[in-house]
Amino acid sequence: MNQNSKVKLNEIFTSIKAEAETRLKDISGDNSQNIFIGMATCGRASGAVEVKATFEEALIERKINAHIIPVGCLGHCYGEPLVIIDKPGFPPILYQNVTPGKARLLVKAYLEEGDPVFEHVLGAMEENDMIPAVMEFPRFNQEKRVVMANCGLINPEDIYQYIAKGGYSALVKALALEPEKIINEIQESGLRGRGGAGFLTGMKWQVVQDSEEKDKIVICNADEGDPGAYMDRTILESNPHQVIEGMAITAYAVGANRAIVYVRAEYPLAVEMIKKAIGQAKEIKLSGEGILGTNFNLDIAVFQGSGAFVCGEETALIQSIQGKRGMPQLRPPYPAQRGLWGKPTVINNVKTLASLPPIFENGAKWFRGIGTDKSPGTAIFSVVGNIVHAGLVEIPMGVTLRALIFDICGGIPNGKKFKAVQIGGPSGGCLPDDFLDTPIDFDSLNQAGAMMGSGGMVVMDEDACMIDVARYFLDFTQKESCGKCTFCRIGTKHLLDILDRITKGEGREGDIELLEDLSMDIKNGSLCGLGKTAPNPVLTTVKYFRDEYEAHIREKRCPAMMCRTLTAYFIDLDKCARGCDACVGSCPTEAIFTTKNRKKGIDQTLCVKCGECMVSCPPEYDAVRKVSPPELAPKIERPKEE
Amino acid sequence: MVKLIVDNKEIETEDEVTVLQACLDNKIYIPNLCYLKEMDNPPGSCRLCFVEIKGYNQPITSCTVKVKEGMEVRTNTEHVRRLQRTAFEFLLSVHHVDCKNCPANKKCELQRIAKFLHFGLKLKKLEQLEREEGVEQDHPFMEYVSNRCVLCGKCVFVCQKKNGKAMLSFAKRGLDTVISFFGEEDKAKTTCKECYACVEICPVAALIRK
Ligand SMILES: Cc1cc2nc3c(=O)[nH]c(=O)nc-3n(C[C@H](O)[C@H](O)[C@H](O)COP(=O)(O)O)c2cc1C
Repeated sequence: MNQNSKVKLNEIFTSIKAEAETRLKDISGDNSQNIFIGMATCGRASGAVEVKATFEEALIERKINAHIIPVGCLGHCYGEPLVIIDKPGFPPILYQNVTPGKARLLVKAYLEEGDPVFEHVLGAMEENDMIPAVMEFPRFNQEKRVVMANCGLINPEDIYQYIAKGGYSALVKALALEPEKIINEIQESGLRGRGGAGFLTGMKWQVVQDSEEKDKIVICNADEGDPGAYMDRTILESNPHQVIEGMAITAYAVGANRAIVYVRAEYPLAVEMIKKAIGQAKEIKLSGEGILGTNFNLDIAVFQGSGAFVCGEETALIQSIQGKRGMPQLRPPYPAQRGLWGKPTVINNVKTLASLPPIFENGAKWFRGIGTDKSPGTAIFSVVGNIVHAGLVEIPMGVTLRALIFDICGGIPNGKKFKAVQIGGPSGGCLPDDFLDTPIDFDSLNQAGAMMGSGGMVVMDEDACMIDVARYFLDFTQKESCGKCTFCRIGTKHLLDILDRITKGEGREGDIELLEDLSMDIKNGSLCGLGKTAPNPVLTTVKYFRDEYEAHIREKRCPAMMCRTLTAYFIDLDKCARGCDACVGSCPTEAIFTTKNRKKGIDQTLCVKCGECMVSCPPEYDAVRKVSPPELAPKIERPKEE
Repeated sequence: MVKLIVDNKEIETEDEVTVLQACLDNKIYIPNLCYLKEMDNPPGSCRLCFVEIKGYNQPITSCTVKVKEGMEVRTNTEHVRRLQRTAFEFLLSVHHVDCKNCPANKKCELQRIAKFLHFGLKLKKLEQLEREEGVEQDHPFMEYVSNRCVLCGKCVFVCQKKNGKAMLSFAKRGLDTVISFFGEEDKAKTTCKECYACVEICPVAALIRK
């Protein structure tokens, strides 16, 4: 690009930026009060829509002037709905679990009368000497927000809010560079794809850039089919412009003029947000024809997938856009060589693309300073399961599992013990406590038998039965197999059936070895990544929890007492209170009877092992026991009806 | 022409063919179900034609590798046989074995592979998987017997090739995957009656004339 066009480019962007700053002043001028409400899917699911309506009503009723700004998701799911109130004279304050009732209270007590209502405060968003800042909590200060830096803080429906925070200036920087320079920068940054495999982004781009073909395509992979993973959705809902900016940088670098966001139709809000954002970007010439006065054109479209897990696999995704059944194809040719409609195609994950603007803003060296040597940058996990502070966490690569689970996310609730963590989505592995000091990066997780995958993380406490866990994930992958190749279509079903019979107490000698053999063959024999990784939950649980398999098979005992066929409930007659009927009504099958001395017994032939009696037994008696194997339950005869 | 070494024997073959094709042309049998010579992009879905090739650290499907001068191929290593036997047993575990009453008897590809692998037609380590029984009668001229089908996809390929567009396709997912005739067409009006390419290509008589 010549000097002239560089000047022009900067001029155009300077005026856009000025507009953004003027608009920002309008809403956050000296005396304005702002209420930021988390309105991403997670917030809405916990009632943010009603909370917003209540705030609106209450402001009108009390004749208070304040802006309500819908924002995306902060990642702190445990605290949803989350609201930040920014009032002059106070630091911005974050409130958690805001209900319509709390909303009315906050308007009256805080906005009208100046009392911040401390009992509902999670923390202040800035250091101050009035209210403890959230930055003092590990859940905030041990995170490193790069991709999610603005999530939950800006209105995703307003491009100017992103620009006011520095958005799109990385694109301006990139457009002033030769495409080769951009690819060099990305190669230097060491960025690896966040879609699971950790492939070097710069290397992929190079192949596409080198291609002679004129027409090239960029695809943003937002299929996100892993159960329990929702970071890509959150990013699209909370800050879609960072993804668009990343796509524009990618397209410019590889020489593409077409880009497609592939997002599942089950993400209606994400679809709406990204579509709106694309429209806004086009309006002010940040996409479309002649971006920022240059001769670079980029047309961005949205394609809605119908939500098959396998369509996240890049070759299946391409088939799906071409109107075919989403079945993975053999590679090579890789999409970078021959992709959508036969054109060289860059496919990158949402997080990979959203990492680009910060890299260009701050430089490859800065990015390398975060994370580890081989896995620079941050990782985003959705930490769910038996965990105190569930939600999305963005951490520098290299943080240990222990630090993530116990320090950042607050550990296991209810005083229970940690048992295992399942990492990498349905085809990740289950790791026991010996592995808690494993650093979180692509290579260490692979070595341990798990994987980064999409960043799903399920934490399990002592009550989890590992065979049941493996069964759960195999049930998912088996159903989601596209049916094309023999190993995945049929092999995963055999694994599932064997696990199923083990949990039912029908396991046989040799089942463990059979599971191992079949798993290895399915890994080695399958066509695509789905089949190649589907046995991971089996292999890791067999490896790290073999004694549990043996207990199920040999002793017909479930150590975690989760497998229904292998457990029984009984009532400890020494503890049961004569005349108490608390459990009787709770039993859905009328399995509980009264003994001769007016205590209670359970008819094992009727019991469905739902555990309701255990819940309803008053804590002062605590008389219901659960045992495995079921023969351990003492036989208590039901008195003959008179 | 290209020379390569297969199981310590030198063979000669045309350029640009797959290792599988080269072997078959030279009378070296490698079990396969989903491959046809005319395919530009073989689907690689049956996962039977594994071989070991020097330079690759794992068995690889021979339908997906093109021959190269001097290539060293082994078709009968322990690892290759293990994968083939497992794949075959998987296929068998969803196949309704009733050779006596099957039109494919004696020309069935599964029988041929069983013989080649010295496997027999009985399951060794696995149990038969239960699938919905049933014969699809939707089509006026053909029947589809799902629990014979090995889902090789050759029928879809030949239909596409002969008629310009395939009137058959894969449907459903996972173990329930089947071949299905397109619903929206008026099947009576199709040219199927003059064609039957799919029936002829089917290696296991899952598609048969009515
Ligand atoms: C079964 C399967 C499912 C996948 N699902 C996704 C997905 O939902 N999102 C994604 O970005 N990548 C997914 N991938 C990985 C993609 O094939 C591809 O590697 C990725 O989109 C490349 O982007 P990256 O280089 O930015 O990681 C999946 C892979 C497999 C085998």
